[in-house]
Amino acid sequence: MRYWALAARLARRELRGSLGNFRVFLACLALGVAAIAGVGSVSDAMHTGISRDARQLLGGDISIRMSHRTMPADARAALGQAGQVSEAITMRAMTQSGQGGRRTLVELKAVDGVYPLIGAMALEPAIPLAQALEERDGTMGAVIDPSLSRRLGVAVGDRLRIGNHDFEIRAEIAKEPDRTIRFATFGPRVMVTSAALPRTGLVTEGSLVHYHYRVALPKPTNVPAWIKNFDAAYPKAGWRIRSTQNAAPGFERFIARVTQFLTLVGLTALLVGGVGIANAVRSFLDQRTGTIATLKCLGAPGGLIFTTYLIQVMVLATVGVVIGSAIGAIAPPLTAHLLSGVFPVTIPLGFYWKPIGMAALFGYVTTLAFAVWPLGRARNVSAAQLFRALVVPPDGWPNPGYIALTAVAALALAALAFFATDDPRLALSFIIGACGVLVVFGGGTALLLRLIRRLPSPRHPGLRLAIANLHRPDNTTPSIVLSLGLGLTVLVTVALVQFNMAYQITQQIPKQAPSYFFIDIQPHQVEPFTTLVRSISGVAKLEHTPMVRGRIVRVAGVPIEQVKPDKDIAWAVNGDRGLTYATHLPEDAKVVAGDWWPEDYSGPPLISFDANVARGLGVGIGDTITLNVLGREITATIVNLRHIDWATLGMNFVFVFAPGTLEAAPHSVISAVYAEGTEAEEAVQGLVTERFPNISAIRVKDALENANRILDAVAIAVRTTASVTLLAGIFVLAGAVVAGQHRRIHDAVILKVLGATRRRVLFSYLVEYAILGLLTAIVASAVGTVLGYFIITELMRAEFVVSAMAIGLTVSIALLSTIGLGLFGTWRALGMKAAPLLRNK
Amino acid sequence: MTIGTVDPSQSRHDAAQSIVDLRDVHLNLRSAAGEVNILRGISLDIRAGATVSIVGPSGAGKSTLMMIVSGLESASSGQVQVAGHDLSALGEDALAEFRRDNIGIVFQAFRLIPTMTAMENVAIPLELAGTGDAFGQARESLGRVGLADRVQHYPDQLSGGEQQRVAIARAFVSKPALLLADEPTGNLDRTTGDSVVELLFDLQTRHGTTLVLITHDEILATRCDRIIRMADGLILAEPTSSDTTLKTA
Repeated sequence: MRYWALAARLARRELRGSLGNFRVFLACLALGVAAIAGVGSVSDAMHTGISRDARQLLGGDISIRMSHRTMPADARAALGQAGQVSEAITMRAMTQSGQGGRRTLVELKAVDGVYPLIGAMALEPAIPLAQALEERDGTMGAVIDPSLSRRLGVAVGDRLRIGNHDFEIRAEIAKEPDRTIRFATFGPRVMVTSAALPRTGLVTEGSLVHYHYRVALPKPTNVPAWIKNFDAAYPKAGWRIRSTQNAAPGFERFIARVTQFLTLVGLTALLVGGVGIANAVRSFLDQRTGTIATLKCLGAPGGLIFTTYLIQVMVLATVGVVIGSAIGAIAPPLTAHLLSGVFPVTIPLGFYWKPIGMAALFGYVTTLAFAVWPLGRARNVSAAQLFRALVVPPDGWPNPGYIALTAVAALALAALAFFATDDPRLALSFIIGACGVLVVFGGGTALLLRLIRRLPSPRHPGLRLAIANLHRPDNTTPSIVLSLGLGLTVLVTVALVQFNMAYQITQQIPKQAPSYFFIDIQPHQVEPFTTLVRSISGVAKLEHTPMVRGRIVRVAGVPIEQVKPDKDIAWAVNGDRGLTYATHLPEDAKVVAGDWWPEDYSGPPLISFDANVARGLGVGIGDTITLNVLGREITATIVNLRHIDWATLGMNFVFVFAPGTLEAAPHSVISAVYAEGTEAEEAVQGLVTERFPNISAIRVKDALENANRILDAVAIAVRTTASVTLLAGIFVLAGAVVAGQHRRIHDAVILKVLGATRRRVLFSYLVEYAILGLLTAIVASAVGTVLGYFIITELMRAEFVVSAMAIGLTVSIALLSTIGLGLFGTWRALGMKAAPLLRNK
Repeated sequence: MTIGTVDPSQSRHDAAQSIVDLRDVHLNLRSAAGEVNILRGISLDIRAGATVSIVGPSGAGKSTLMMIVSGLESASSGQVQVAGHDLSALGEDALAEFRRDNIGIVFQAFRLIPTMTAMENVAIPLELAGTGDAFGQARESLGRVGLADRVQHYPDQLSGGEQQRVAIARAFVSKPALLLADEPTGNLDRTTGDSVVELLFDLQTRHGTTLVLITHDEILATRCDRIIRMADGLILAEPTSSDTTLKTA
């Protein structure tokens, strides 16, 4: 105990007034901790907001959704006995502003008189919903999203045609309590009463309609038990029941995914900062070599030296962690301000101790992982040097115990990454990637330095000095290339991935994607629809396929609730999926396992399954999948697996049935129309929706623009976090420049004494930093391009295109940072008068 | 020329009173240019309470000899017995404790810890030894070197002479059996240097500490009981019998 107390006393004395020496240390640590704490806090705040408002978002304690059909009468009666029920019907529909006006796709919602059970609708003008939707003079009312007013150029009081009925717009929606963020929205909201819906004539057999039943259960009710019993009473209902536990599952999954990704980017920033921490600790201990030697000389054991400086480093780490945590803690209110109006619930303000605790832990473990090595080496300071004029820091490796301690800290960091991401595959990829990049950077820099050293010495003395500076003893080249390079690598990777995704969406996909999807085509409309579309000039291709909705209930006999699918294919088992049937192998489809069925197949149900989803579910050929289609359970055997290129945006289905199973089920037809030119596209939409009011047109360009907007928004978040990594790299560079300041001043003075002009010294430094920047940019661009290529081709399975702009940006940032900071740091060196320094010597 | 070393038989005879007993000590270091023989067979016996000066040109091995005696450097061969401890048998931490309990060192460059006040600098050896009243004793020790009013000053707030006084106070505070002083006046002007020397000898006399002093100053060297001349890693002159006589206060 005396040992620790003495170490603490010595540490306190050493630290007095020396915080200023640790600016880079604190900046590196605070930045990484702030990034992780901020991302985690915002994520927790969002989750808290969602669970706080879960009843409102869900519309009740329970929400049951059925596709195509209403709930059986006995189940509906049971619901009514359980609590208060509100029914809503949602579907996509075409609307038109008055007669002959503009048309657009909307998300139509028909509600009953008790809607909303939880929360309240806010309308502009502020009138009650029932009053807004009531029938007046034979005309039903509708309330609409303000974006629809802008799109169609309509206002309150105007008419809006939906199907066969003209509604009167009575108000705009200011707030819809149960509207969550959805990424696949196809149009603005229009709300009418359930009683008005039949007047539209849109609800016909097979049309894609969802029926929602929201129930407010009396308190106290054991909701999970209630769901279990209700489900058990109607085992073949085929509905999807949600409780407040998963009020906004899609959005929560999105938040979780983005959080995972941004946490890893934050961790990268922390790792880059770790290089700065190691440099700062080493530089500090180098300055303290004399003190350490003196302490050893006075009888301080090595362990006391290590403990004394470890305490100092951990005290500083605490300062950095506190600063970082404080910045992280204010992220939720900042984000709440930015997201107000976008996020469906208000982000609750508060202190989210769990993510902040996790970030603090990351900060401490990173500090240990990077500081133990130089600390361990410091105890090897030779006290005998005190008898010499110059006391120099020790070189070589620390004792094996400290190497082991460093390894333990690194493993702890890896374990934390596992824990924080909650995705072993992702965490493992990150750890392997981080180690790989470290090795590549370390090896790449060493190789380039060796090459430079072997190059014939240039004649120009300034150039010669610049190159020699890069590889002379105690140079900072590897740590600058590593830290700044890591930041730049993240930037290049992000820029390339973003460029390629945007390229796919704006350039590649439109080339092969259809112009429109038409949904809810009734089987009897297929022929007149085809005739009409083919008659329009500019229509190059027309495809249609039957579609019915169904959901997986069992996989290889195992109930879906007990199946744990891979996260990347979880979408396929959550909710309804489109099902189709086909005699022939669809165009563009590629069977990768098994065989397609014969044309005249008749027999037990067979399906062709998406190979990727099959992998994620752990099933293959011969396994069975049980689907609930319109309340009927169908168990089909997988006979072949298809590789689906979703990027073509063609009519692809995860499930394709063999003939003989789905034909009898009430279904609609979906059609993809490929039209060339804007004129043809407009003609197709105009003529089809005018002739067939029940058919909805989804414009692919709109969907792509929507996707691009989402991508842009995500890219801003990613770029912001990625620039944190770059900033960490720049901090490390600044730290290295500051650490080398003394040497620069010494060199500059000696060179000036020997007759070098300031211009010549400046030139030499300029070249040195330019080479350093170029070296960093070369390694970062190479590693970033390889990573980007891997992500695009392997993970996204798309074609990779190199962006000269992304690479150019990297080179520019690298050069600007190194030359700018380098010259800023050496300016003082150039201005130093020789005499005072020489006198001190 | 015969290279003078202490007669081994005499050394054995005086072993009971020896505080430093070196036998055929060699120190060879490897460098890029090959092996360098820093010490080439040093045998030396210093009796407790004596004052000994070591003189010789740069590179003679004087400082290295100090390092060996203080356990800061390990001999390549030979026997090193200091204050009853066989230093070759001690590990790194045991050597640190040995120094803490037995040795005081005064350096030419003072070697104070810049981040600590004068009192804290002086208190360190006592704190390391776990002495209860470290600061009280440190204050007292600073008073003895005439710096009672400078206890809260940091090294950079003190003159060179004052810094060396603090270093002397630090060296004596734990009442070591052996005090090693490496050119203690080398960084000081003549007047300041003289006062520091006076102080050093005064304290040595009062505590009965054995003093081993490296100096280039012949006048200072003659103030010691015994002068050892070194060159090229060897002791040149045989100490006279009077040199080894215990000097009393």
